[in-house]
Amino acid sequence: MNTAANISRGPWATALHRLSRDRTALVALAFFVLIVLSCLSAPIYAWWAGVDPFKSTLDAVITIDGVQHPVMELPTTGLALGYTPIGPTWRLGNYFLGADNQGRDVMARLLYGGLNSIVIASAATAFTLIFATAFGLLAGFFGGVIDMVISRILDVLWAFPVYLLAISLSIVLITQGISIGPITIESSSLALPVFIIGVIYIPYVARPVRGQVMALRQSDFVMAAIGLGAPSGRILWKDILPNVSTTLIVFIPIMMALNMLTESALSFLSIGVQPPAASWGTIIQDGQTLLYTRPAVALAPGIMIVISVLSLNVFGDGLRDALDPRSKIKLGRG
Amino acid sequence: MTYAILQRLAQMLFVMFGISLLVFLIFFGTPGVDPAARIAGRNASPEVLEAVRHSFGFDQPFYVQYLTMMKKIFVTGDLTSFVNRGWKVVPAVLDTIPVTLSLVFGAAVLWVVFSLIIGVVAAAFRDRWPDKLLMILGLIGISMPVYWLGEVMNLITQSRFHDIWLFAWVPPLGYKEFGKDPEGWFLTLVIPWITLSILYIGLYGRVLRASITEALQEDYIRTARAKGLSETRILLRHALRTSLIAFVTLFGLDFGALVGGSALLTEVVFGLQGVGKLTFDALQNLDLPVIMTTVLYASFFVVLANAVVDVVYILLDPRVRTS
Repeated sequence: MNTAANISRGPWATALHRLSRDRTALVALAFFVLIVLSCLSAPIYAWWAGVDPFKSTLDAVITIDGVQHPVMELPTTGLALGYTPIGPTWRLGNYFLGADNQGRDVMARLLYGGLNSIVIASAATAFTLIFATAFGLLAGFFGGVIDMVISRILDVLWAFPVYLLAISLSIVLITQGISIGPITIESSSLALPVFIIGVIYIPYVARPVRGQVMALRQSDFVMAAIGLGAPSGRILWKDILPNVSTTLIVFIPIMMALNMLTESALSFLSIGVQPPAASWGTIIQDGQTLLYTRPAVALAPGIMIVISVLSLNVFGDGLRDALDPRSKIKLGRG
Repeated sequence: MTYAILQRLAQMLFVMFGISLLVFLIFFGTPGVDPAARIAGRNASPEVLEAVRHSFGFDQPFYVQYLTMMKKIFVTGDLTSFVNRGWKVVPAVLDTIPVTLSLVFGAAVLWVVFSLIIGVVAAAFRDRWPDKLLMILGLIGISMPVYWLGEVMNLITQSRFHDIWLFAWVPPLGYKEFGKDPEGWFLTLVIPWITLSILYIGLYGRVLRASITEALQEDYIRTARAKGLSETRILLRHALRTSLIAFVTLFGLDFGALVGGSALLTEVVFGLQGVGKLTFDALQNLDLPVIMTTVLYASFFVVLANAVVDVVYILLDPRVRTS
């Protein structure tokens, strides 16, 4: 009955093969990679355009088609109070998307901001997965008192509304920074949003992992390993971890998407990335006061968030179908 | 059954205690920071700092501080802001609850109705183009930041297209009390309701489609088909009914979470003075007593809502009821 293909392919190769035939998922992945690459080129863009996206340049003048335009324009109508930043010029390298309230190039800030958003989302995803896996493995494998303590802590974190927990943590951490013993973290450090976002989603991953480990604990091959007297650490590492790795991989794009949304929301509330650094959320916040006059400032980063999160979600769907075709893995909400 | 309910309530109390302890530790126990300086706000004078220390009992042991905090918030309700001197926090929080409830309730009606339609239609047309289209739209809804969507809505209805007939009725941002001006209440909330519900329409539509598709694989559906029932009847009376269990549970959790502060971003964008907006304003002023109060009230509400959902579940599920 076995055909050659069935014999030669292991589970990972089969999944990869399935994924490689899922055109929608691949296009989504390509989109996301493209966004990451363009954000990585932020310093090159700023250098090429000759702008400093972190310094206010209210008196800058740019030349378009031989005509000079000040970056901060005096209003021609109304009470003529205050300046309006220049709108989109649609010329790459020359205030493509216009300027913000401080005369900074929005396009350059958009790329730098995307870089921060992606870095924070990735680091927070890694943080969540590492701690959630550790908690899930310990609680599910050892049971008893260890399980009770870990599960109760997860219950509390789970029941705590996500944004309220994030606000509580960030108002204490971000207003003054934190110093524990020799470690001092500045209040503007990107490590703080990573930590905050990483912590709040631990239960979303730890709970399903714990459930899976509990089921694996009762399976024959783990019982056999225990019967042979294999040390617990070895069983966890060699027998159980590889079996939950599928779940963890399926979680990666979904957590990335969720974290990007959370990071942007926290930055929008001014408790994420701190100025003068940018993220897509802070640029939307900057654009709030300019919404009716220069909507591009707020629209552009939002569109970038939608494209990134959408491509991660579509890719995540494809990845789940490839790794877990009968969709045994039940993901949490979000 | 009684035992199961009591067990669930005990767990609820434990989680509430855990959350209050966590809040206490975050605000008062973070190493390397002076909680009095934080509560007093920016540029506080030494006298204010001394008053804060005395009022929260920072010279006393930790458990006394914890009890003082809980007493001020839940028993006597006399917690005062030090940023706006003498402002009573607890009544201010209670005043904002109707706004948040109005917002979340209307959005919930929208999202239940539309996600049911989307889920059922997509499942009926599964793997054909209406299904694919609806699922992509749902995914887009899930992928949009709600505060950004709110700003786009404002840009369209308040500024760019406000003068055309379609949006001319949209009143300026703000909240009108239902008791005083029911029509104004409704009109000001329509756009926020739509904005808030889009994410949940997408999410619930997708969840419902998945669980209906799963239910259609079950044996009892084959039996129903063998009996010669129509496809519509099978879909609506048999598959949908089973799928509603997951739907209702999810609904209870999300409704609780939204009332308990997750509607914050929508409230901020539309200038609705709800619990979330109050928290946000306190965040801008670094007014910690307000944040402590909203966080504790809101998270207790969420925990209570979750427990109620579970108890109802226990009461409804015959397997639990008989055992």
